[in-house]
Amino acid sequence: MRIFDPHIHMTSRTTDDYERMAAAGVRALVEPAFWLGQPRTSVDSFTDYFDSLVGWEPFRAGQFGIRHHATIALNPKEANDPRCAGVLDVLPRYLEKDGVVAVGEIGYDSMTPAEDTAFAAQLALAIEHELPALVHTPHRDKARGTERTIKVIAESGIEPGRVVIDHLNEVTVKVVKESGSWAGFSIYPDTKMSPPRMVEILKEFGTERVLVNSAADWGRSDPLLTRETADLMLASGFSEDDVDLVFWRNPVAFYGQSGKLELDDVDPGAQFEGNSILRGGS
Amino acid sequence: MTLDDLHAALARAVPPIGWVDEAVRQVRADPGAIARLFPRAARACGRAPLANGWTADEAARALLLAALPKDRVAEELERLYRYGDANEKRAVLRALPLLPIGNAGVPLLHDALRTNDTRLVGAALGPYAAHLDAATWRQGVLKCVFMGLPLSCVDGLDERADEELRVMLAGLAEERAAAGRPMAADATGLLNRLAGTALRKEA
Repeated sequence: MRIFDPHIHMTSRTTDDYERMAAAGVRALVEPAFWLGQPRTSVDSFTDYFDSLVGWEPFRAGQFGIRHHATIALNPKEANDPRCAGVLDVLPRYLEKDGVVAVGEIGYDSMTPAEDTAFAAQLALAIEHELPALVHTPHRDKARGTERTIKVIAESGIEPGRVVIDHLNEVTVKVVKESGSWAGFSIYPDTKMSPPRMVEILKEFGTERVLVNSAADWGRSDPLLTRETADLMLASGFSEDDVDLVFWRNPVAFYGQSGKLELDDVDPGAQFEGNSILRGGS
Repeated sequence: MTLDDLHAALARAVPPIGWVDEAVRQVRADPGAIARLFPRAARACGRAPLANGWTADEAARALLLAALPKDRVAEELERLYRYGDANEKRAVLRALPLLPIGNAGVPLLHDALRTNDTRLVGAALGPYAAHLDAATWRQGVLKCVFMGLPLSCVDGLDERADEELRVMLAGLAEERAAAGRPMAADATGLLNRLAGTALRKEA
């Protein structure tokens, strides 16, 4: 089984996770820029973080035969801190990088005017840089937040098929499907979505234009829940082809719209001979 | 490899070389255009290996840097490195000895040697590392051994290796032996050569 995790925050994970993911069949992933546990207070903190997403983290992933891509954006929560507004000005440099396959995560957290501004500006950047967009839906007031998200996407002029609206659930999936955007689901141990609920949604809404991710980060989360969901799909009567569509061909089709997805085999033996991670040094 | 060699190698590897030649024209006309062209080079030219460890994207990027006016090159270089992904950073490091910048690129070598990315550490020890002070250069060589990088990435290794480096390598060899871990054959070879030189000097 080959798995492409379309949304996972590897910065917050250990090398043990990379090892376990590779063993479970994860061959590729996309790491969206998002907030860390500790709010940042300056543009430079963001650029160092973005540098890591196009530098160190792909290197680390490569040690385990996993292809790493990123999405870059000013996230909605930190868009509310005026000290971080300058992040919007440095985004164009990063959106041109080979490994950057979408603008994201953008969208709403608390649905403030500052979030409106950042969201619209970054959808415009996605159009300008010919990239898809990864849109986060708010944890609080989610249903209304999702409806407002769909409206802003429509107003921006971006083609809905170039947008994934993420962290959906039973309540928000229908309206997103109807909008023409891709539906994203984050499988979490207790909160957003569980494997059994996910399988039920796939039965009801089908396997087309669906991205299923672990969204694993610094919170209680599990990078192997993609595999667990895939296994449960098989046990519930889905075919291996269905699983391959959801966990490989769908993410490839969505992020492939960037024209920058590279999935030639990552061979750990072909690295610049040796490295400090596998050897445990540094 | 000179800039002309890189252009010729690229022309053979990427027929048509049109993108690079056009990009070079744009940079000559408008140096600021390099900010957008530099990251695009790999998508336009691919990453095929050329001669002497160069790749097509690195060669294209070196030619873009060489197209900058002399009074802008150091400044643009710093920014391209600062905002570069790992491949762009590596391309900047490899191009340094081909550019009219004197020792202005030394801070970039220091940055690369601070990283834990073998691609950057290796690229920092090319011909331009002649501008590094002895202590930094020795630490760089030792770091290569430590990270398992082949010492073939160090330019002018035997000419510059000295007694102080021998002492440092011998210390590492002793630690490795105590831990029951092997040291790479090329590092042991260097240590033996340096030890031989030290003995000859004593005699």
